[in-house]
Amino acid sequence: MKPTSLIKCAAGAAAIAAATVMPASAQDSVTLVTNSYRTGNFSGSGIPLGNGMRDYIALVNAKGGVNGVKINFEECETGYDTKKSVECYEQAKTKGNILYLPWSTGATLAAIPRLHIDKTPILSMGYGLSASADGNTFPWVFIPPLTYWDGASVALNYIAGKEGSMDKLKGKKIGLIYLDAPYGKEPIPFLTNMSKKHGFELQLYPVPAAEMQNQGALWLNIRRDKPDYLYSQGFGAMSPTAIKEAIKNNFPMDHFLGVWWAGGDNDAQAGGMEAKGYKSVTFHQVGANFPLIQDIIKEVVDKGQSLTEKSKVGEAQYNRTIYQGVLVTEAIRNAQKLTGKKVINGEDMRRGLETLEISDARWKELGLEGFASPVKVTCADHSGHNKAFIAEWDGAKWVKASDWISPSTEEILPLIDAAAKDYAKTDGYPKRSEACDAK
Amino acid sequence: MFYRENGQFHTTYAADMAVFPIRQDRIGLAIILAVAAIGVPVFGSSFFVSSVMIPFLVYSLAAIGLNILTGYTGLISLGTGAFMGVGAFACYKLTTAFPSVNIIVWILCSGFFSAAVGMLFGLPSLRVKGFYLAVTTLAAQFFLQWCFIRIPWLYNDSSSGSIEVARRTLFGIPITGAQATVQTRYLVLLGIVVLMTWIASNIVHGRIGRSWMAVRDMDIAAELMGIKLLRTKLTAFAVSSFYAGVAGACMMFLWYGGGEPNDVFNINQSFNILFMVILGGLGSLIGSFFGAAFISSLPTIFKFGLPAIGINIAGATAEHLTFMVVGALIIIFLIAEPHGLARLWQIAKEKLRLWPFPY
Repeated sequence: MKPTSLIKCAAGAAAIAAATVMPASAQDSVTLVTNSYRTGNFSGSGIPLGNGMRDYIALVNAKGGVNGVKINFEECETGYDTKKSVECYEQAKTKGNILYLPWSTGATLAAIPRLHIDKTPILSMGYGLSASADGNTFPWVFIPPLTYWDGASVALNYIAGKEGSMDKLKGKKIGLIYLDAPYGKEPIPFLTNMSKKHGFELQLYPVPAAEMQNQGALWLNIRRDKPDYLYSQGFGAMSPTAIKEAIKNNFPMDHFLGVWWAGGDNDAQAGGMEAKGYKSVTFHQVGANFPLIQDIIKEVVDKGQSLTEKSKVGEAQYNRTIYQGVLVTEAIRNAQKLTGKKVINGEDMRRGLETLEISDARWKELGLEGFASPVKVTCADHSGHNKAFIAEWDGAKWVKASDWISPSTEEILPLIDAAAKDYAKTDGYPKRSEACDAK
Repeated sequence: MFYRENGQFHTTYAADMAVFPIRQDRIGLAIILAVAAIGVPVFGSSFFVSSVMIPFLVYSLAAIGLNILTGYTGLISLGTGAFMGVGAFACYKLTTAFPSVNIIVWILCSGFFSAAVGMLFGLPSLRVKGFYLAVTTLAAQFFLQWCFIRIPWLYNDSSSGSIEVARRTLFGIPITGAQATVQTRYLVLLGIVVLMTWIASNIVHGRIGRSWMAVRDMDIAAELMGIKLLRTKLTAFAVSSFYAGVAGACMMFLWYGGGEPNDVFNINQSFNILFMVILGGLGSLIGSFFGAAFISSLPTIFKFGLPAIGINIAGATAEHLTFMVVGALIIIFLIAEPHGLARLWQIAKEKLRLWPFPY
């Protein structure tokens, strides 16, 4: 036996010994580090988003963890800054993080090329790179329940439903008001495609990032063009400003829709009663009237372990990260089932996410009946293009204003395919070698 | 006691005019280089190399660039972030168009593109000065950032508007892209920074550097002495933007490894680098390194270093603390030592030469 193989043998024996010893320990845990932005320009959204996830994980741990495995949860503050997000990614890696939650498109883009080497999957829930829904090109990236293209499609389908049918959109003017950054421009290729196909006119209203709170001039154009509907791909301070400007310019609020990131409580609150009728595409319910959220109030908030006020539990962004938390814990559960291990790692987590499926019955079991539509991710489709609905601001809170609407996947999938192929052209980008665990 | 040049005699003019005339300085520099080239990659953890050393080197390069313009020539610029962006995009376009050429060549060549853009926006410097020049460079910042979003050709029409860094190799070892290890990227970056610092040192100590300083101290006097203002100011803009461009290319290719350039090369970046230069010391190369270390590394050390030694603070608190501490330190430094950290370093060296028997 050569010395190297001897060492290998010894290391193997040690690993086996460690593996057999591990299940006996009482404090099994997995590490989950999330990026958060409780400081900086976007902290208005970042704080409720951070609180939802934090409280949900606290509840899971209070109930004994996922199959007895506690989640060792940490936040890494980024201030929505890509430099700091990259730092957080590197730091989380050293801690054995099982899943990267970037919480910014910039951070997602910077991390995507490294995932297959660091063996950590990304869950960019309802943000990030739309093309990453292609699981064959992006085996490590997950973007459930839907992409920005799906969001725009749901909005369009809702408008079509209101007008009667898709054909009725012919000759109508649909405006897109968006943050002039890759995030905001994301729906343009899809909407352009649809406008050609269905004969409506797409009008673009870019809002430069530096002018987020100064949209006066832009709204003069909107007033002049009189679009029939306006879709907002806004974020941060841009959304409340747009709502205030819409009120000031007498834009009919019920013809104004936003993507989910433009549908926070603080966004619509800026307009108060006058913003009544403003709509937002969303993929989960708001409010605290769900058994699981009541549990959070009882076990976490009332015990003083939360950073949030009781009245803010159930707000749109708070509930959004509860949704994320459910996806994460369900994926951990799947991974445990697939591998037979209790303490999983990043590679197992990827497999867990790839087999993610939450049916209506499962939502009910979790204490979230009617909270969200069923979610299903497959190896080829890492988004699932799941259903969403339209929420309406009633002057004080968000209410569900439509049924669950499916995005037009037949329009979106070819776009995703093309964009993914384009991305994979980069030299050194690997072909998928990860096996598929499809049932 | 140890730091004293007693007994070191210079027998030639060249030795007398050397950048480091004292032997101890040369030994110190050699030790620093050895630590940086061998100690850091061998003993430093991946996290330390990737999140402390690489950002420090990239910012040092950018700060040297701005120091040439602001510190040596006295022209204030708020467009450094955008000039870095030009370098990053130039490098991206060059390496996707000519993938067979070595990436290091393209990183260095991308500087020429930002130099050209820098000269263009430097033209008004002949007529406007001070705050007014700051405003014209601010225009460069906004205009270029606008281009970064609006010209899809720059990012090869990718739908996300981001730059993807491909794998490029040197002697078969990947130095960019996801397969490149942190240590290789660091060593390549270190090589570029050392080379460019050496070139900068030669420029600022030579005829060109002297003409820059003459213009900084009084441009009319400099003109009367026969220094051509247009040429001097434009070379300052060109060299400065060249450094910024290379720093930008290094930032995208050796540090971030791809991403959303518009997000990175914004006005905050320009301000950050200006703060580094002011705090580190205007008109000093070593000051650029001090400033970069101070502004770029201190927050990281606060956020991750404190928990590592057992002081547990929440991320958001650390972030707030960083703002307060760095802000307070900036004010304290500017009051106590307006010439920046480089001047403190100089004072320390002077004191050390007399230690332990000062007179």
